Amino acid sequence: MSKRSSWALPYFIFLVLFVVMPLVLIVVYSFQDASGHFTFSNITKFFMDKDSLSTFALSIEVAIENTALCILIGYPAAYILADKSLNRSAVTVVLFIMPMWVNALMRTLATAELFNMAGITLGKGTLLFGMCYDYLPFMIYPIYNVLNKMDKSYAEAAEDLGAKPLEVFTKVTLPLSMPGVASGILMVFMPTVSTFAISEFLTNNKIKLFGTIIQENINNSMWNYGAALSLIMLIIIAITTVLQGKDNSEAAAGGAI
Amino acid sequence: MNETDKIIEVRHLSKSFSGKKVLEDINLYIRRGEFLTLLGPSGCGKTTMLRMIAGFLQPDEGSILLEGKELAGTPPHLRPLNTVFQRYALFPHLDVYDNIAFGLKLKKTPQEEIDKRVRRVLKLVSMSDYEDRDVETLSGGQQQRIAIARAIVNQPKVLLLDEPLAALDLKMRKDMQIELKEMHKKLGITFIYVTHDQEEALTLSDTIVVMNEGRIQQIGTPTDIYNEPVNSFVADFIGESNILNGTMICDRKVSFIGHDFDCVDEGFGEDNPVDVVVRPEDIYFVDKEKAQFSAKVKSCVFKGVHYEMFVDTDTGNELMIQDYDAFQPGTEVWLRIEPDDIQVMRKERTQNTFDGEVIDNETVRFLGGDFKCDASAYSSGDKVKVEVPFDKVDLLDNEEEGESYGNVIFILYKGDHYHLTIATPEGEKVWVDTNDIWDKNDQVGIHILPEDIHLRKAEGNE
Repeated sequence: MSKRSSWALPYFIFLVLFVVMPLVLIVVYSFQDASGHFTFSNITKFFMDKDSLSTFALSIEVAIENTALCILIGYPAAYILADKSLNRSAVTVVLFIMPMWVNALMRTLATAELFNMAGITLGKGTLLFGMCYDYLPFMIYPIYNVLNKMDKSYAEAAEDLGAKPLEVFTKVTLPLSMPGVASGILMVFMPTVSTFAISEFLTNNKIKLFGTIIQENINNSMWNYGAALSLIMLIIIAITTVLQGKDNSEAAAGGAI
Repeated sequence: MNETDKIIEVRHLSKSFSGKKVLEDINLYIRRGEFLTLLGPSGCGKTTMLRMIAGFLQPDEGSILLEGKELAGTPPHLRPLNTVFQRYALFPHLDVYDNIAFGLKLKKTPQEEIDKRVRRVLKLVSMSDYEDRDVETLSGGQQQRIAIARAIVNQPKVLLLDEPLAALDLKMRKDMQIELKEMHKKLGITFIYVTHDQEEALTLSDTIVVMNEGRIQQIGTPTDIYNEPVNSFVADFIGESNILNGTMICDRKVSFIGHDFDCVDEGFGEDNPVDVVVRPEDIYFVDKEKAQFSAKVKSCVFKGVHYEMFVDTDTGNELMIQDYDAFQPGTEVWLRIEPDDIQVMRKERTQNTFDGEVIDNETVRFLGGDFKCDASAYSSGDKVKVEVPFDKVDLLDNEEEGESYGNVIFILYKGDHYHLTIATPEGEKVWVDTNDIWDKNDQVGIHILPEDIHLRKAEGNE
């Protein structure tokens, strides 16, 4: 081993201990029953169990709704932040990003308290509100980044060629900012699928999401089934990531944080 | 000239950015079908002017007329002009065809018409068969062609080009220059071209507008500008030149580098200080009996087509000479300058003049500093004009040691000394003649001896 590549050794050990080993353990546990024998029953159990499937479908639905909500609110916000004539100060950008500095759990608990104080019944509405509040910065920031770095001469060229202000946006600015939107989707959609704390606190456990049932199984020492559910989720996340990577290979370069 | 020949007219145009004037009282007209170049160093205001014509910037004062109609207030998308941007600004999410068709589609042109016109311009820029290519896979030169095609497909009345060749390598640039010129001939559209490259301007233009520090210095054909620069800035910026201090003895007779020469200039008065420009290719090596003066060769460098030599004249001035024959350093040579090749220019200024205020008997405040001098003839608080000869301003390495300080912004070599322009932080300019060598952007202290400061009562002062 050459001198320089030996510098990578600590990182290599770290990765093996904290990334590779847990993944291997998840896979191993998924295919074992409680007594340690090889079995497919954990996987088949999920696909046979109506409750698990409907929870899974609900999680995806909530994730899609939350992502859509984040785009609807986040895109205009990012656009305003990146427009030098509307926003002259970097402070406003920081204000939008600042919630990311506070622990998500604390924000969620605080939000739940606010709803209780206001006497609003916890349910799907409050769940979406909380999720959107938690994940909005992850949508705004990549879009803001792309819009902010975008060469102004593209918009000017469109205007020069006869595009009205709205056409400049729909035909040039919006398509060119799609890499940022793609990064935002990646950063909002996937964590939303696996979240459990937000649904627990903001619906009083009335609505169970996929993350919730994984957590419940593991809390109840049903390690093998919990591992199998985690594996299924990992595979779905991997598939969406790969699909998106193919879809937009430059997305990460321009849009990722 | 016929009024209808003017396609664009610019009147008293001024523009400032955060208090700094970038354009000051620009007046100019552009003839229909003409290839006009705005030429000047970076920061001279040429791009600002182009962007105002395109509509991306609004003038502070003055107006821009297109075919007699005021353009101010018309947004860029309604102006019948198109721009070729410096870095092309081709839309990366569209292919070549869609980039070119962008403007036509917005105007709801029928599909067959779009097809026909896109194909025609692609042929014009020699890029047929590239329709389906992704613009990011094209080379710089190819992107340039597509950018031009995208603009001219809309058949604009005027095509604006913002340093379109700046990003290309030398060989490519030369080829594109020829093609642009041909395109201009074929299309018959008016071109307004912005560049800082004087050679490009001389090659391409019908008319050149030389700009510096927000003002037009000279407007003329390339030959006019090259052969008859109106001031030392133009002479120095366009081509190589020897710029020398001289004295106009009488009409058709001028003295410089310690000798008297016949020239063709008249109307500069008698015994008046002038600037004299002699192009390096206009100084001839001749036999002793035909010579006007002698010199000693200092250096000789081969430049491909010609040799570039620096010589010291018998009176101690340095001259640059370009010739097909080489003379080795140390050689004694005999030189001659023909009357036609001497360009005499009025001096823009003969001394520094500042606005000052008397502080007390021996102190005057100007250029943001307190200078010692004899002010006993004035009372404190008087506003005065301060006059200082160019060669009496001392520049100091340490800016703290001077009464004031500034940046070197322009350097002109005048054969036996440097003529520097210093800008103080408040934007005032100080001109200095010196034998010391300074670099552009050097921070210098400004010191003036008390006896070299002359005071004059400011006008309108009771």
